[in-house]
Amino acid sequence: MAQEGSGVAISAGIKGLDQTISFHGEPMHYVSHAHAAHHAPTSFIGKYVFSLDHKVIGKQYYGLAFIAVLFGMFLSWLMRLHLGWTNLPIPGLHLLSANGAPGDVMTPEFYLQLMTMHGTIMVFFVLTTAPFAAFGNYFLPIQVGAEDMPFPRFNMMSFWITFAGFIVLVASFFTGDGPTLGGWTQYAPLSAVGVASGPGQGTGVVLWAVSITLFCIGQLLGSLNFITTTLDMRTRGMSLMRLPLSVWAWFITSIMGLTAFAVLMPACILLILDHVAGTSFFVPSNLVINDQLQPHAGGSTLLWQHLFWFFGHPEVYIAIVPGFGIVSHVLIPNMRRPLLSHRVMIYSMVALAILSYMVYGHHMFVSGMNPVSSIAFSFPTLIITIPATIIVLIWLGSLYGSRLRINSASLFALGFISMFISGGVSGFFLAQPSLDIMLHATYFVVGHFHMVMAVAAMFGIFAGTYFWFPKMFGRMMNETLGKLHFWLTFVGTYAIFMPFHYIGLAGNIRRYQAFAPDYMQAFIPVHKAITVAALLTGAAQLIFVYNLIHSRFWGKPAPLNPWEATTLEWSTPSSPPPFDNFGGKLPVVYHDPYQYGIEGSSGDYVMQTSPEQIHTKSDEA
Amino acid sequence: MATTVQPPAIKKIEKLQTGSGNGGWRPLVPAGGDSRLVQEFAPPPASTGIWVGLAAITMTFAALTSALVVRKGGAVDWQHFTLPSILYLNTVVLLASSVTLELGRRRIAAYMGGLRSSVQHPARWLYVTFSLGLLFVAGQYIAWRQLSAQGLYLATNPSSSFFYVFTAGHALHVLGGLGGLGRAIRKLKRLDLRRSTFDATARYWHFMGALWVYLLVLLWMKL
Repeated sequence: MAQEGSGVAISAGIKGLDQTISFHGEPMHYVSHAHAAHHAPTSFIGKYVFSLDHKVIGKQYYGLAFIAVLFGMFLSWLMRLHLGWTNLPIPGLHLLSANGAPGDVMTPEFYLQLMTMHGTIMVFFVLTTAPFAAFGNYFLPIQVGAEDMPFPRFNMMSFWITFAGFIVLVASFFTGDGPTLGGWTQYAPLSAVGVASGPGQGTGVVLWAVSITLFCIGQLLGSLNFITTTLDMRTRGMSLMRLPLSVWAWFITSIMGLTAFAVLMPACILLILDHVAGTSFFVPSNLVINDQLQPHAGGSTLLWQHLFWFFGHPEVYIAIVPGFGIVSHVLIPNMRRPLLSHRVMIYSMVALAILSYMVYGHHMFVSGMNPVSSIAFSFPTLIITIPATIIVLIWLGSLYGSRLRINSASLFALGFISMFISGGVSGFFLAQPSLDIMLHATYFVVGHFHMVMAVAAMFGIFAGTYFWFPKMFGRMMNETLGKLHFWLTFVGTYAIFMPFHYIGLAGNIRRYQAFAPDYMQAFIPVHKAITVAALLTGAAQLIFVYNLIHSRFWGKPAPLNPWEATTLEWSTPSSPPPFDNFGGKLPVVYHDPYQYGIEGSSGDYVMQTSPEQIHTKSDEA
Repeated sequence: MATTVQPPAIKKIEKLQTGSGNGGWRPLVPAGGDSRLVQEFAPPPASTGIWVGLAAITMTFAALTSALVVRKGGAVDWQHFTLPSILYLNTVVLLASSVTLELGRRRIAAYMGGLRSSVQHPARWLYVTFSLGLLFVAGQYIAWRQLSAQGLYLATNPSSSFFYVFTAGHALHVLGGLGGLGRAIRKLKRLDLRRSTFDATARYWHFMGALWVYLLVLLWMKL
């Protein structure tokens, strides 16, 4: 790092310290990379719309995820109502679809269209954007001590391209025969043959693929910024191991995103070509649909699944790994002690990321893939539980005996751990091909991934929101409402998704819009109960919406460091931070990120920027 | 891990190193000091960023390659065809543009490094590179026209589908590189071209050449 002639390198003379800190110029104001183009915008558009400020972009992503999650949840309500009371007219449903709801009763096809849109919106535009793009954009540059991302224009484009993707996806409700019904995985060949395979399979699929292509481009630009910021924009003294766990999580996620979205994008382009250009990448020969021989020939249906799941499995971790970072980052200040091991936590997340590329075949055990491949994919799938278990054990071991400060953020962090364990345990079953063959097409899988990935990630988003809201908006959220929101959501989530596991084991097939066969009639009362739970849990989210909006404008003003935390976002001169984050002076970092309860220090905690001398156990070792 | 360091000592920088040769990490600023002083203390983001971007492009073409291998492996309808010979000429053009870019780098380094009065037209080789890039894209277009004249369109056969997908994907990336070159030329005229920006542009451009050679071999072997 040290450069000839233009600076000095200081090596801290402490045993075991292997890093060199290099810096240049005067300590309190030196030119950073992004400095040149960095003047606060004055126009409304430059400030709030096409903003280059990572904080505004982070809020924009949060807003997009907020709208998307409400819409996705609304779709799930419609589906749940239909599953409980199949012929119940839902007033106004015809407004959402021209043909899908004659007399306001949902058709089977429309159910599948809603299911597809629910999955796509939630996975891409909520679980990827909120914990990764929203919080990451806002806090990663601040936590590494930078003024902004190095490529602010790419960052701005990243959001607006993602936003365009969302608009294209939602627009498919209002075109022709509605959105695609192929599920969020869009399995070929049905996704590639056009309207022959059902309503929405023509224009709907093309719009879906265009939307996801745009989304991929947006996330690639975002990942580029995240990686470069973490590597190059760290302030003086901020070595890699001094990065907070949240930064590590976003960094690892962005590397996964970079490789995963770069594979999904060409796959979507090939799918579009199969539709609009008449190519045959995914459609096999002699395919007959509705007594019509399809004109395409020779394509490989498994090819789509391979390309999709090579992206799809890392995508699951793209949704959950930021949650690991956020939960650790939220728990530590509330426990008033660091995790048992900072490094093992990081290494486990890295191991998880690497392994996530070797396990994707476990989504394809029943696809007709060679059974030997199934065994080959089963082993790493079981192995990946090891780093995941280590992460959970580090949390539990650190929590044990700590005097946890109970607040909304720490409750949601605990809830995350609970969901992750409950949902993760069923993963052991599904990792084995022999069991998966029986369970794959049932509600057991639906319960599994909703808990381990979807709801757990949502709990991570909630934990992050309650924790960082004071920094993002300068006001505190209402704690009473937050705790009420937590308990209703926590109990409600279990009430929804635990029964999924039981009816799945009993043979309730997923993706069905109604349960006509005799043996499934018995499940209908359970489905009604689940629907009631889903509606109530959904309604409980209105408490959060109210809390968010009310606190934004009328909340109690927040102190600069309300949680007595140590990392750099709490060193900014104001809440929300000024345009250049640190008021013209980049911070200098002296300590590891989580210094709590250090013997001999002047207080209970030592900020990363505090020049106070402290001694830790590792100093003595 | 130890956590405490002494407060850093302060050393005033007397003079910024000037005279940027063709190596080292010194900032690319004119000796006259017309441009803002840039003090780089980490690898410049453009340098890391371009590698990250190239990694993403590599993944995209790796995914398409695996798609080609899988699609061809199970196909009974694969028709082989001979690549248009103009592709080989295009290859020479693209590789030559990499050479001219390196020539341009030397000239710019001399210009920005203080010999401004003695270097005329620092951007000359960049214009040549830019033109060769355009020539390459035009050559690819001619190759597509030749294939369609033979009746080989995008949807004719999986082999021709892959040919168009690969070459069009590559050509789009080359156009992006041309945009980057244009930006570098503009910045050079305004005297605020940073070394890291130019290096990143050059790296991208060379990568396009290497990627094309890979694609040519792949298409030659598989189509």
